[in-house]
Amino acid sequence: MYDFTYHRASDVADAVSKVRDTGEGQFLAGGHTLIPTLKLRLAKPSDLVDLQGIANLQGISASDDGVTVKAMTTHATVAESKDVQDTIPALASLASGIGDPHVRARGTIGGSIANNDPAADYPAAVVGLGATVKTDQRDIAGDDFFTGMFETALSDGELITEVSFPKANKAAYYKFKNPASRFAIVGVFVAQTGGGVRVTVTGAAPCVFRVSEMEEALASSFSSDAIKDIKIPEDGLNSDIHAQADYRAHLVNVCARRAVDAC
Amino acid sequence: MAENGIGARSLRKEDARFLRGSGNYVDDINRPGQAYATFVRSPHAHARIEKIDTSRAAEASGVVGVFTGDDLAADGVGGLICGWMVTDRNGENMKAPPHPALAQGKVNYVGDHVAIVIANTLAEARDAAELVEVDYGVLPANVDTDKADADGTPQIHDDIPGNMSYDWELGDAAAVDEAIESAAHVTTLEIVNNRLIPNAIEPRSAIGEYDPASDAFTLYTTSQNPHVARLVLSAFCAIAPEHKLRVVAPDVGGGFGSKIFIYAEETVCTWASKKVGCPVKWTADRSESFVSDAHGRDHVTKAELALDSDGKFTALRVSTKASMGAYLSTFASCVPTYLYGTLLAGQYTTPAIYCNVKALFTNTAPVDAYRGAGRPEATYLLERLVEVAARETGTDPAELRKKNFIPPDAFPYTTPVVLAYDSGSYEAVLDKACDIADYRGFAERREEANTRGKLRGIGFSSYIEACGIAPSAAVGSLGAGVGLWEGAQVRFNPTGSVTVFTGSHAHGQGHETTFAQVVADKLGVDFENVEVVHGDTDKGPFGMGTYGSRSIAVGGSAIISACDKLIEKGKKIAAHALEASESDIEYDGGTFSVAGTDRSMSMGEIAFAAYVPHNYPEGLEPGFEESAFYDPVNFTFPAGTQICEVEVDPDTGEVEIIKFSAVDDVGTVINPMIVEGQVHGGVTQGIGQALLENGVYDGDTGQLVSGSYNDYTMPRADDVPTYDVEMYETPCPHNPLGVKGCGEVGAIAAPPAVINAITDALSTEDIDMPATPERVWQALAQA
Ligand SMILES: Cc1cc2nc3c(=O)[nH]c(=O)nc-3n(C[C@H](O)[C@H](O)[C@H](O)COP(=O)(O)OP(=O)(O)OC[C@H]3O[C@@H](n4cnc5c(N)ncnc54)[C@H](O)[C@@H]3O)c2cc1C
Repeated sequence: MYDFTYHRASDVADAVSKVRDTGEGQFLAGGHTLIPTLKLRLAKPSDLVDLQGIANLQGISASDDGVTVKAMTTHATVAESKDVQDTIPALASLASGIGDPHVRARGTIGGSIANNDPAADYPAAVVGLGATVKTDQRDIAGDDFFTGMFETALSDGELITEVSFPKANKAAYYKFKNPASRFAIVGVFVAQTGGGVRVTVTGAAPCVFRVSEMEEALASSFSSDAIKDIKIPEDGLNSDIHAQADYRAHLVNVCARRAVDAC
Repeated sequence: MAENGIGARSLRKEDARFLRGSGNYVDDINRPGQAYATFVRSPHAHARIEKIDTSRAAEASGVVGVFTGDDLAADGVGGLICGWMVTDRNGENMKAPPHPALAQGKVNYVGDHVAIVIANTLAEARDAAELVEVDYGVLPANVDTDKADADGTPQIHDDIPGNMSYDWELGDAAAVDEAIESAAHVTTLEIVNNRLIPNAIEPRSAIGEYDPASDAFTLYTTSQNPHVARLVLSAFCAIAPEHKLRVVAPDVGGGFGSKIFIYAEETVCTWASKKVGCPVKWTADRSESFVSDAHGRDHVTKAELALDSDGKFTALRVSTKASMGAYLSTFASCVPTYLYGTLLAGQYTTPAIYCNVKALFTNTAPVDAYRGAGRPEATYLLERLVEVAARETGTDPAELRKKNFIPPDAFPYTTPVVLAYDSGSYEAVLDKACDIADYRGFAERREEANTRGKLRGIGFSSYIEACGIAPSAAVGSLGAGVGLWEGAQVRFNPTGSVTVFTGSHAHGQGHETTFAQVVADKLGVDFENVEVVHGDTDKGPFGMGTYGSRSIAVGGSAIISACDKLIEKGKKIAAHALEASESDIEYDGGTFSVAGTDRSMSMGEIAFAAYVPHNYPEGLEPGFEESAFYDPVNFTFPAGTQICEVEVDPDTGEVEIIKFSAVDDVGTVINPMIVEGQVHGGVTQGIGQALLENGVYDGDTGQLVSGSYNDYTMPRADDVPTYDVEMYETPCPHNPLGVKGCGEVGAIAAPPAVINAITDALSTEDIDMPATPERVWQALAQA
């Protein structure tokens, strides 16, 4: 990796000002995306501002309405949280299926959604549950947060502080894993909430998306049979050595049905 | 059986240091004043080098040297070699292109070596490497094995039209044609044997060091055969004469073949250490390993198996294109020929076999021996053909195999493809495997799976391999540039403990344990008092190293020969001390006794007498140490049957291995725990090839697409079942231990067992390895 200056931020304000002051600075969360990128010399930040020491970015709180997960909470903590398991079990189960134990012990929810990898799991839940992403500056609706492949609504130097997930009546996530990385080749999150049914898909396309045809079908009959004939168009879906677009389109249907059955 | 003798499940001596993290690997070694090297590698699959400008790099902070192919040439450093001459079917020698350790004028695969940058720290070396300016004239890439010899495919080497190194054949073409013409049934199959990337857990590493005082070099390197590395670096690369070059291969973390070969990196680091006046260290990172370790397999084959109306195999015709990659690696040429064509008889009595192999260059990493080397390719082909033939003729696959097996009373058995099999119990092994797999209960299990919406299949693989490589005269007549004997030295220390030096090299196999068991058994000394030393050309005799499942069969036999010499000498010492005639001395398990008396001496007393020869036979040399070299009279022929049972999820195409049963005949088993471990590891690699692993180059750009663990799928614990492995011991008749070798068994046998199970479940033969969920789903959609 190239040389950079390492900083340890004491609180949110300190972190934000350190990144802004340095120009080419970046936040460092779990480092599970950033560090490999640096090792491969694919990025050259001048400064890294480590968020690890900021107590206020750690932890989970639950209420009758849902759960709030602070940005630096690791996937393992979410997976093992009694609060998350009781309030939104689908979210705990999603976190428990991210990568492997090493990845879950380091990777954070803030880093995951800031990075918006097309194959990441959390985006499916953020949009699927209609979560709200809170930053040092504002609240961003989950629906507006993911704007494209590795793109988000965050502006330069904006720091995610927490994500609030409203509780669902029923929800489940089903992921078909990339056999090598264990990221999602296709992951489908299905949720039935007061506001209706949502079906969100990650992995299949450059960015998380909703399948309105399935949402409508499930709104009238919440069963896997109701969506079994709904085909997703291949256009715009990802193709790589693990899965071509036609296979991904097929898997969206399979994963959606399995998620509904698991609800 | 002695407590830790032959047959004992002795715990591995080496594990104490490995499990505690106190092994000593090349990267753990740091030499005083060392500098760090990094290689500038080609980002292109195929390009002319118009210009290299190293001036900015040379001036960068901390840099002690930057060298290119011109610098090597100026010093007369020779290129990398291929040590096996294959003769074309027209009687011409194979075409071996020049393989400079640093490119000269052209690069031929992504990762090809362009320059070395050496600096005080690794970070400085890497920073400076980015300052080496190379102007490339990019050429179109040729990465498709099947099309490598087609008209219009870019030619890689000037003097090698059609990218063909050789067009080789074996067997009687006319007899085969005739048998196929008149056959009652012909089964035809076109298959791809996928490219594999070795992925030893320890990446390759090298430290070259030059000592001006002795004018000698030392190379610490991740090698499976340090003596051969020294020979090649001396005789061909002209780095230093052999007596001025020491090669040390300390603990090595896995090789699977990839560390047999002599690569550019260690060659250049050794040479450069004299140029820059300090030790030069290089360790591959994982990305470099992916692009620059020699890969394995990569065949495209069409084959036909002819059967008569009774289901007897009458002929086999095979036509293979084998990718060599961009250059011929150290042993590349023998893999798709003498380690492949010669195995095509399998366990069967097929009377006529013809095999044609075209070895082709592509713009990819060189392909060479990888666990099994040629034999997995032969086994995959043959065992898939046999399974398809059984299905096409409506015969039970176990019965069809039995009908065609070489019977136990037919040994020694010479196949139509040269080899003389020495022993085997194929039918008994198959029956035992069927029992373990509960083959009879399969139909019921399949029905039960159907009720859950799953497709169940079962597949066989009855394999044979030629191991214990190899009789020197035989391989010499086939083109090998070396003899394939092994050396050993067994040294009693005056106080009775034993140090064993072997030319074999362990990189995970547990030789320090197995060889100690053999010696303890033979010499009657405690297992704890036997130390096995390997991996240093300054210690012990010359040796050929470890590959081709040869270590116990050839290296172990050399140790036994040395022990026999010690016992002979011990008899003389005992006869003198016990005042008996030498012919009356009997030896058994560490005790020399006078026949018919209670007078005896222990091995320890004999050793002491040899070193303190106060009362000693006249004219006999003191000391108790013997060397031996063993050249086998034949290959060994491990064989067995492995059976795989799978369940396919038709919705997703996912395959789950439900049960994997293996019965392997590796001859006498020295340590069942270690043999089972070797089979487990090999089967896991075989399952990796069948379901998960695939080395993929982009057809247009020639970039390695599967160049990281995000895309190259290594098998993990949750991908494989708990194996049912049993042994069936038919001792090898021609070596003193009766051993055959077990290192490659699983990697050879497992792939066809897995794929046969999948094709059984899917009722289609149209699937290639790796049978990924997507491919299975597509096969189902098309079936
Ligand atoms: C082998 C492997 C397997 C994986 N498998 C999966 C998988 O199956 N599913 C999955 O979803 N993910 C997977 N991941 C990704 C992983 O789980 C992390 O979510 C991801 O690496 C990012 O989180 P991080 O905390 O490591 O962030 P970092 O790598 O530290 O940062 C990533 C980016 O986000 C920015 N950032 C970090 N925190 C914030 C913040 N609070 N506000 C604003 N910007 C911020 C950083 O500046 C950086 O640009 C895998 C990773 C690896 C290495």
